[in-house]
Amino acid sequence: MDVYLDPALSSRRTAAGPAHDLAACARAEQEFVLHWGAVVARDNAELAYQFTAFAAEAVRCMDLEAVQSWLLHAMDLYDKKGQMPAIRALQDVAGFAANRQEKLAGAVLEEQAPVLERFICGLNGRPLQIARHARCFTDTEHIFLPPVVGRLPDKASNLRLLKAMAVHQWAQNWYGTWRGDALLRAVQDGTLDAAGLERFHALETIRLDACLARDLPGLHRDMAALRQRLDQVDAALHRRADALTRPGADVADTLRLAVALRDLPADPCCYRGELDAAAVQACLAVRAALDRDRFRIALARLVDEHDGVSADAAADDDADAGAELREDSRARLDARRHDDPEAPNGVRFELFLDGKPVAPPEDLVSTMESIIQDLGEIPPDYLVAAGPGLYRRRALQQARDADSVWAGTYHEEGAFLYDEWDFSRQHHRKDWCVLREHALPAADLVFHQQTVRKYGGLIKSIRRTFEVLRGEDRTLRRQPHGEDVDIDALVEAQADMRAGHEMTQRLFLRQHKEERSIAVALMVDMSGSTRGWINDAEREALILLSEALTTLGDRFAIYGFSGWTRKRCEVYPVKCFGEPYDDQVKARIGAIAPKDYTRMGAPIRHLTALLKAQEARTKLLITLSDGKPDDYDPQYRGDYGIEDTRQALFEARLDGVHPFCITIDEAGAEYLPHMYGAANYTVVADVSRLPAKVSEIYRRIAS
Amino acid sequence: MQHELRVLKPEEHFIEDEPYYEPVADEIAVFEAAYGNALPILLKGPTGCGKTRFMEHMAWRLKRPLITVSCHDDLTSSDLVGRFLVKGGETIWVDGPLARAVRAGGICYLDEIVEARKDTTVVIHPLADDRRVLPMEKLGELLEAPDAFCLAISYNPGYQSVLKDLKQSTRQRFVALEFDYPNAALEQTIVQRESGIDEQQARQLVKFAHMTRNLKGQGLDEGASTRLLVHAGKLIASGVAPVVACRSAIAQALTDDADMLSAVNELSASLF
Repeated sequence: MDVYLDPALSSRRTAAGPAHDLAACARAEQEFVLHWGAVVARDNAELAYQFTAFAAEAVRCMDLEAVQSWLLHAMDLYDKKGQMPAIRALQDVAGFAANRQEKLAGAVLEEQAPVLERFICGLNGRPLQIARHARCFTDTEHIFLPPVVGRLPDKASNLRLLKAMAVHQWAQNWYGTWRGDALLRAVQDGTLDAAGLERFHALETIRLDACLARDLPGLHRDMAALRQRLDQVDAALHRRADALTRPGADVADTLRLAVALRDLPADPCCYRGELDAAAVQACLAVRAALDRDRFRIALARLVDEHDGVSADAAADDDADAGAELREDSRARLDARRHDDPEAPNGVRFELFLDGKPVAPPEDLVSTMESIIQDLGEIPPDYLVAAGPGLYRRRALQQARDADSVWAGTYHEEGAFLYDEWDFSRQHHRKDWCVLREHALPAADLVFHQQTVRKYGGLIKSIRRTFEVLRGEDRTLRRQPHGEDVDIDALVEAQADMRAGHEMTQRLFLRQHKEERSIAVALMVDMSGSTRGWINDAEREALILLSEALTTLGDRFAIYGFSGWTRKRCEVYPVKCFGEPYDDQVKARIGAIAPKDYTRMGAPIRHLTALLKAQEARTKLLITLSDGKPDDYDPQYRGDYGIEDTRQALFEARLDGVHPFCITIDEAGAEYLPHMYGAANYTVVADVSRLPAKVSEIYRRIAS
Repeated sequence: MQHELRVLKPEEHFIEDEPYYEPVADEIAVFEAAYGNALPILLKGPTGCGKTRFMEHMAWRLKRPLITVSCHDDLTSSDLVGRFLVKGGETIWVDGPLARAVRAGGICYLDEIVEARKDTTVVIHPLADDRRVLPMEKLGELLEAPDAFCLAISYNPGYQSVLKDLKQSTRQRFVALEFDYPNAALEQTIVQRESGIDEQQARQLVKFAHMTRNLKGQGLDEGASTRLLVHAGKLIASGVAPVVACRSAIAQALTDDADMLSAVNELSASLF
């Protein structure tokens, strides 16, 4: 224990205390603590000390499995938020133990979120994201729910309660609790104080429940049962609020009643949560502006289409290029309101252009719906087409590519997040690696031309070899069924028959069409160690292999990869799947240059995801590499990196992708069988032979 | 309704009872006009929205035999046109369904045409323009279609696979009719009529279908089709509990994804 705790110990703190506590535990428990202590110490010695210090207490009040999940929970916190929250989690052993009991019977939001999110999305309206929060409320874009619901003794009931909470928040959005600004105004001007808001919420719940009872009777039944079980429903309040249960009652009615029934207290409700006017206000303001701009831009497109002008041309021609609005369009556009009992808001708007109704495109419809959901109408002020100025402003705001995001290392927006396998914990670190796609710098065709000159003869022979392999129509003779009669077979059969033999049934010709259905992703090592002739050999190999693949007609993609710690995993698309093998791609192969390190897990997961999206019978992931996985961060070196890569490849195989590795590392035979499997790698010891060998290897594995 | 086994030649397949069809827009008039002008027809639309039913209805209306070919990726041109077979030591010619339809002046309906091999789709080209002939290369004959003959194909533009797209040279020969799921009121009538459930249940089923269509692109490739609703409706009419019927006839038919399944099941449970 002293060994791994060393960095966290000082003259005032020794390992004696924890060791003494542990001595009272059983042998198996001691070994368990020592093992995990050592694992944690690799990440953070202080954390390991805290773990060891509290381990004895934890072992006393939980079984080992629970202790492990307690530790992993703390480690996850450390990964995500840093040391302090993790230490706090470790110190709160009793809390975790109690919580765990609750979690076993309770509904855990993290597990239910995917189902709930889809459920809510299916119900209708603007897609709402489910998020974790201590309180239960909505800001009209998210539904915030508590991480665990454990009020009821069994899991199924707790799930129903969690669902009821989510549905109530959805109902606020859908049945217009926040529509217009009636409620927000009432909160701001003091018509509703805190108690008033609560009373309003109780009454609004009655209204929303009545809506649910009409539209979703099954759900309402569940929710009513929950209330009966958990709450003291105030019958007097319900009697007074009878008007709210009628169809057509809206938020204004609730508000009036909330003001009128000043003296009545709000009754409790298990799924109501609370109203957070400030959060809604903030969200609404941003979205209203966005929706308005989007609406106007869509209108501009509609007008241009109607006039037969392309949007770009319109933007170029306009003399007043800075104008954000085209005032001339105001008179031409109109929206008419129709009452439509089928529509959720009871109204429907039809767009008119030059007095004629127009069918809006789908994106415009959803924007219109969002506006109506917020405001209850399309304000006349919105009905003006966007000018080029607005176009440009929006375009600028939308240009957030990987490079601009890159400005700050710790901004993870626009990047892909991938899990990483920590073999010592035997668990994934969630969203641990931050991966971005970067474009390669522009380059010329010089390298490609040189290679073609250098390997001219070889390229010709590669083309010939692969042409033979290409799936072509073959005529199969003597088939039981087919398009045409096989005359040879028929003549023979006739002769047989005359001779008194039995006549064969195999008398037909059939065209057999062989279609190669292969998608190949090539993952090229761009780590610093490839600098020099290895990089040259890699690029030459890629050019030759691309020739072969183009001849074969196999779909392929080339990605370079490199990285520098988990926050900077990078892949460089050289050729994407849909892209033709053209001069740009050839130039990009020339531009492949050595960069930093070889953190392989994240790029493998990224390419697996890309391959998964391809429709092909066989999916191949070929890695061209010069050594072991490696990174700047010392933890990744050695076993950790190898195990993570192995796990990533294992996950790839589960997704139907066959990984294969071509390496020039002579020591490759030591670790590659462990990562890729015994038959899935080749070591090309002589770098200069790599270009010639790669196509040959490909022929072997893909035919 | 009782059905007994009958054996028919394809070109004798006249539809005698009026197939139930609710027109959504002016598709019947367009089809009749196209038929009158000997123009081929392309039906577009998602699965289970009534394309095949519409064809049956039109065949009944026009009193022509309907020959349907479901295309698959191994369908060759001789599967459509015809081939030589060997019988008792002699070769005899057997017409394929397309040739039969041309000879009988029927309606040939190639369902899901994009599934067929690309070289196969080309044989319908001379039939689909103003020549209206079917070359039978192996016989050395040319079949000139009578006015009564009609060619119709269908495809589902929802499959966004590059491999399964209709070539311009093919699609530009056809009068296209677009189909989609009918609006809620009409869909409710259809479900009610086809399955025999009451109005309230049909309304809930349609509402459920809309919920699943909201999920299209969020993990579902397609929402519940009208056909699935009818299936669920029939189960309900036979006494199966609505939630169970939705689960078996709709949810399980839509997806295998566990999270999605439970979300869809929650949706149906919230309605009934």
